[in-house]
Amino acid sequence: MAETERPPVQKEDSMLKQKAMINANYHALATAHERGAKVASTFVPGNLNELLMCFDLVRNLPETNALQNGLRKKSGKMIQEAERAGHSEDVCTYVKADLGMMLQGNIGPTGEQLPTPDVLLLSYTGCFTFMKWFELVRNEYDCETIMLHVPYQGDGVITPNMRNYVVKQLKESVIPTLERVSGIKFDIDRLRQHMKESAKAEDDLVWVLQSAKNRPSPIDAYFGGVYYIGPIFTAFRGTPEASEYYRLLRAEVAARMAEGRGPVTPEGDMSGERYRLVVEGPPNWTSFREFWKMFYDEGAVVVASTYTKVGGVYDFGFRHDPDNPLESLADYCLGCYTNLNLPTRVDMLCRYLEDYQADGLLINSIKSCNSFSAGQLLMLRQIEARSGKPGAFIESDLVDPRYFSPANVKNRLESYFQMIEQKRSGRGPAA
Amino acid sequence: MTVEHIVDRCQALFEDLRFTSVSDWKAEQPGRKAIGYMPIYVPCEIIHAAGMLPVGILGGGESLEVIQGDAYYQSYICRIPRSTVELGLTGRLDALDGMLFPSICDVIRNLSGMWTLLFPDKYARYFDVPQNFDDGIGGTYYLRELEILREDMGRIAGRDIEDDDLRASIAVYNENRRAIGRLYAFRAEQPWLAPTSEVYLVVRAGMVLPVEAHTRLVDDYIAAARASDRPLRDNCRIVLAGGFCEQPPLGLIKSIELAGCYVVNDDFMLSTRWLLEDVAVDGDPLDNLAQAFLHHSTATSAKYEPDKQAKGQFLCQQVADSGAEGVILVAPSFCDPALLDRPMLQRALDAAGIPYTAFKYAENSGQLQPIREQAGTFSDSIKLWSA
Ligand code: SF4
Ligand code: SF4
Repeated sequence: MAETERPPVQKEDSMLKQKAMINANYHALATAHERGAKVASTFVPGNLNELLMCFDLVRNLPETNALQNGLRKKSGKMIQEAERAGHSEDVCTYVKADLGMMLQGNIGPTGEQLPTPDVLLLSYTGCFTFMKWFELVRNEYDCETIMLHVPYQGDGVITPNMRNYVVKQLKESVIPTLERVSGIKFDIDRLRQHMKESAKAEDDLVWVLQSAKNRPSPIDAYFGGVYYIGPIFTAFRGTPEASEYYRLLRAEVAARMAEGRGPVTPEGDMSGERYRLVVEGPPNWTSFREFWKMFYDEGAVVVASTYTKVGGVYDFGFRHDPDNPLESLADYCLGCYTNLNLPTRVDMLCRYLEDYQADGLLINSIKSCNSFSAGQLLMLRQIEARSGKPGAFIESDLVDPRYFSPANVKNRLESYFQMIEQKRSGRGPAA
Repeated sequence: MTVEHIVDRCQALFEDLRFTSVSDWKAEQPGRKAIGYMPIYVPCEIIHAAGMLPVGILGGGESLEVIQGDAYYQSYICRIPRSTVELGLTGRLDALDGMLFPSICDVIRNLSGMWTLLFPDKYARYFDVPQNFDDGIGGTYYLRELEILREDMGRIAGRDIEDDDLRASIAVYNENRRAIGRLYAFRAEQPWLAPTSEVYLVVRAGMVLPVEAHTRLVDDYIAAARASDRPLRDNCRIVLAGGFCEQPPLGLIKSIELAGCYVVNDDFMLSTRWLLEDVAVDGDPLDNLAQAFLHHSTATSAKYEPDKQAKGQFLCQQVADSGAEGVILVAPSFCDPALLDRPMLQRALDAAGIPYTAFKYAENSGQLQPIREQAGTFSDSIKLWSA
């Protein structure tokens, strides 16, 4: 369906609030320098939002810009622009969308100018590409740069050595540099206060995500989930607005649950839940609505997803802890989803399949993203074997429209739903 | 020993994807063990100090038919992990008692977990290194990681690794680094006597041979090549950069040479040249290894460059030191580290007025003619401009 023929998108209060928050942040970025405020650019996984707020820094997140540009169908041109400027067609398209946006004058997704950052804070969590991306962006600016190296959970655990390493970097490198850039002295009590807010919001987020254990699920934990994680993964974690957003969201979901309603989709409530899926991997942003529609049209709801853990895994108990602020920031960074080793990811997905009584696992494998994608085919096999539930594999990209093939994805999904039906009826797959 | 003799031996080791030299080494003495490691760097000294053989695993190369490995990877992921999985699944790595997966990129990182899932009975570990090079921060972290490696290697070997074992191993590896340094210096001086297609094989032999034997082999090669009678050609001199992980087919290196380029420096098998200076032998051995890593190690795209101005300068310096006239930037297809780094290296080369050309390859690239033509055009243009 063409964009113009679509029915108006159904919005709940929490969605409107989030939209207002995002727009306000873009406006805060656009006007930061005229207001005398300073700006930090930083990545989503392992972001130190609470800490940055202690220095009154306005936060710019390049992945959010890329995904917002993807949703607005602007990313394709940006990627091509970056490729024309010499960036390889093979590399992560988030990077190219960001660099392309800069080449086009650094106008943000809402049409406002993005500011020159005063500090670049690289939190190298869960993805090697961040480091290169950061080095590339650094070339464009003459500002302070901070690198926070977060070791990988290769053995599936956070060791004291890893935690101490991150804490030391925070104490001896990150915080002193932020003090210098901002001219504001670090106040640990201020950090604690932000972390209290974070934990409050995290509780509500987890409640919302776990509401999908109900039948029917009142939420879609992937297509809806990506909205739910918006504030907490980005510039708002630790703010009272984020707490308020999650309070509102929780109340909405609780009401849906009480009424036995399914998730809200762009075309209204989804009724008739037929398939419950767990999804691994990021979504495609450039055809997001089309992609989502392929699910809700078939009565498929995503009850748990890993993408909604990429900026923090909260559903196994971790919370930002105001009593141990730096250690807990370290644990947060170390615990983000793509910083977990493959066996842990497999365990987590198996657990989701069981806890959420899902029919199977769908992997959306993203061309751009080695961090997510390398190993997913083995994960699929292992999870199928361990859970006895059918899995499916589709491929697309985050923000490069050239890699989203609707017909292929739809076909694949349809045969997957058939497979689930066959499994339910005890028949084997059709020959 | 003649050059041919030495090169033939290295070629045989290179082609032996069953790693029989490793099995043979183990069979010589009961209880011997071998530990595999992937690019880009692990401190082999610790494996050696446990009396075990470090074995560099660089994928399956051009001759391995990848059948099972392809089922584990999407088409848009480079080839080295799939051919490595193929090696593992077909039993070709059975001689290895463990595998180390260094911190180079997300593909190798994730392969460490895949290995655990695929071969649950074998030791597999992701070996992380600091990207913070401050003694008190990254250094402290790294030291503990080295201790863990020491404990793990000791456990596999069934003995404690003493400080003196480590010191002895450091000395042995210093020797090897020096020998390879001599080899690289000799090639930069007289590249017509030491073509890179040979130098590559000689260094590559170090992936499977015991280090002491490899050091001798390197020196034997230098002596034989020095004594050989090979004509000086009117070739240009280039540095080849970007081949630090998945390896190009040997034919690609030969094609570049046939196209009129002497390769006078490269970044193949960086594990052998990661540490740029001798590691101190006296004192605390792990601390010495950590110091060398933090303060005297190579620059490559898997490593963070804290100083923006220094980005690419290592390569420019290599060009200057080796008297090169240009750079060929190669990269495996879909290699994020090499390809994301490339624009930054190009920028540094542009600023230094160093000509370059760039292309991609896969370990099984069969179509070498376009690469040969591109390298030929590049070589011609260098000669034209320097004339
Ligand atoms: S590789 Fe994946 S995790 Fe890394 S920046 Fe790209 S999309 Fe994000
Ligand atoms: S070739 Fe590049 S992307 Fe592939 S494993 Fe090696 S470093 Fe990683």
